[in-house]
Amino acid sequence: MTTVFGIPVAVILGQLTLGLVNGSFYAMLSLGLAVIFGLMRVVNFAHGAFYTLGAFAALLGLQWLGINYWASLVLAPVAVGLVGIVVERLLLRRVYGLDPLYGLLLTFGLALICEGSLHQVFGASGQSYPVPPALAGAVNLGFMFLPLYRAWVIAISLVVCFSTWFVIERTRLGATLRAATENAPLLQAFGVNVPLLVAATYGGGVALAALAGVLASPIVLVNAHMGSSLVIVVFAVVVIGGMGSIFGSIVSGLVLGVVEGFTKVIYPEASNVVVFLIMALVLVLRPTGLFGRE
Amino acid sequence: MRLTTVLYALLGLFALCVPLLGIYPVFMMQLLCVAMFACAFNLLLGFGRMLSFGHAAFFGSAAYATGWLVTAHEWGPGAAILAGVAVAALLGLAVGMLAIRRQGIYFAMITLALAQLVYFVCLEAPFTGGENGLQGVPRGELLGFLPLKSDLVLYYVVLAVFVAVYLFIHRVVHSPFGQVLKAIRENEPRATSLGYEINRYKLLAFVLSATLAGLAGSLKALVFGFVTLTDVDQSTSGEVILMTLLGGTGTFFGPVLGAAVVVTLRQYLSDLVGGWVIAIIGVIFVACVLSFRSGVVGELAAWQLRRQKPSPH
Repeated sequence: MTTVFGIPVAVILGQLTLGLVNGSFYAMLSLGLAVIFGLMRVVNFAHGAFYTLGAFAALLGLQWLGINYWASLVLAPVAVGLVGIVVERLLLRRVYGLDPLYGLLLTFGLALICEGSLHQVFGASGQSYPVPPALAGAVNLGFMFLPLYRAWVIAISLVVCFSTWFVIERTRLGATLRAATENAPLLQAFGVNVPLLVAATYGGGVALAALAGVLASPIVLVNAHMGSSLVIVVFAVVVIGGMGSIFGSIVSGLVLGVVEGFTKVIYPEASNVVVFLIMALVLVLRPTGLFGRE
Repeated sequence: MRLTTVLYALLGLFALCVPLLGIYPVFMMQLLCVAMFACAFNLLLGFGRMLSFGHAAFFGSAAYATGWLVTAHEWGPGAAILAGVAVAALLGLAVGMLAIRRQGIYFAMITLALAQLVYFVCLEAPFTGGENGLQGVPRGELLGFLPLKSDLVLYYVVLAVFVAVYLFIHRVVHSPFGQVLKAIRENEPRATSLGYEINRYKLLAFVLSATLAGLAGSLKALVFGFVTLTDVDQSTSGEVILMTLLGGTGTFFGPVLGAAVVVTLRQYLSDLVGGWVIAIIGVIFVACVLSFRSGVVGELAAWQLRRQKPSPH
């Protein structure tokens, strides 16, 4: 068996794909966070909670209504996105124009409500979601076994992330969105329905988090707390990448996932903290973040 | 002004008489420790407008340091508390130096992430007891003659420390340093243009706040006799924000009131509604942010001000 520094190559590659899977989740979450922050100046602490909701929507859809994985992939993000729109219209709208800290605190409260309720209703232990039959098993690439589901998650996240990037940077809708980020009152004066745009953007960002949740449900155990520690890592990713850049948040999400996977091979004890250490390093060397534009 | 003096006198009398009133002293000590923690946090948020989302790191690391020293190394409580406070101060210096490089929400996210780092260190370090935490932390004798084993003695010690911290924060806020801090809070560029090294002031405020939070944590370790991961957890960081917000950010008594409300709620609600407590705390959070941003004391002060103002006619 081939080894590098005494570690089998297959193990390294296995951890790297796992890192890439986690990186895809970081990328999808930090992307949504960046889009929401760009337009609304709200750091959505509830992002982790919406990720959890996405996973629960898939799980409960399967258990109660018999909705299969493929339908959940579309239905769960849509449902959670609608919840997001309601939240934006009823609650978040009220803190616009205030110090952005209030947006952070409000969404933190929402995350607590969501996490606390799910914990109380479904208990602390996680439930597993079956891997869809079409994606079960692994392919032999010659140098390693690649579980199909992991490959699928990486592929679909890349497609989703880059389509989001394309929509925002290259289409008319995206141009309107960026205009609203620059100067919302002026855009409104041109006859664009900005409140609708804001609500839709929040719904979209939240739907991305929910999609990540659905994708994660066959890999991790679905439980009330799955999003709360993830959101902290994503915050660190966002500080590292700088929230100003869509592309930056995608790239830093993926890269940090891989770095984390690599750390698991070399020095497992540090794998939980490596992202935070990198954040500290970036703050010392380049406080605005790697892709920041402040 | 006179009303405030009377209220403080009544509160002081109440605090002194607590053991006579049949109130469980451990509950009161918990309240005082948590209130001290909230006051320390408020020094940073209320007077420096820096929202730290990771203050549990200082509270918890001091608690761990104190607990570990008295348990594994048989230090006396006084020295162990001092060591815990020193750990919190050093950690505050490190975290503060990184966090003040960014402002506002970034500051909040950075403190949250660094506190999570501390959490993982506490989870995996060999001397923290991992998931179990430190159990059976002995209280010992303070200065060789105060037997802290007695709840009564410990209560008065904690009360004395609390009053000292409260007065100290009052003093700091009204000192020239506190005035500059408030100027930075109101307008950072202007304070810079007046020639103040704002980062030094912010860092000192951060370290002070972390140090006092650590003092609260060290005392808490002795009061309960155990230290767990909850003490460094993000939920603890969140709760101290809620207490400050609920009582009144930037007021002196607000955090104490907020702490009293949250600790009492936790005590009695958990019997009534069990696990729903977290969700209820979330609801209070949302309600606070939407309609109660100055907190109880802040709203009362504003009401008082409106009443005193002579009508235009």
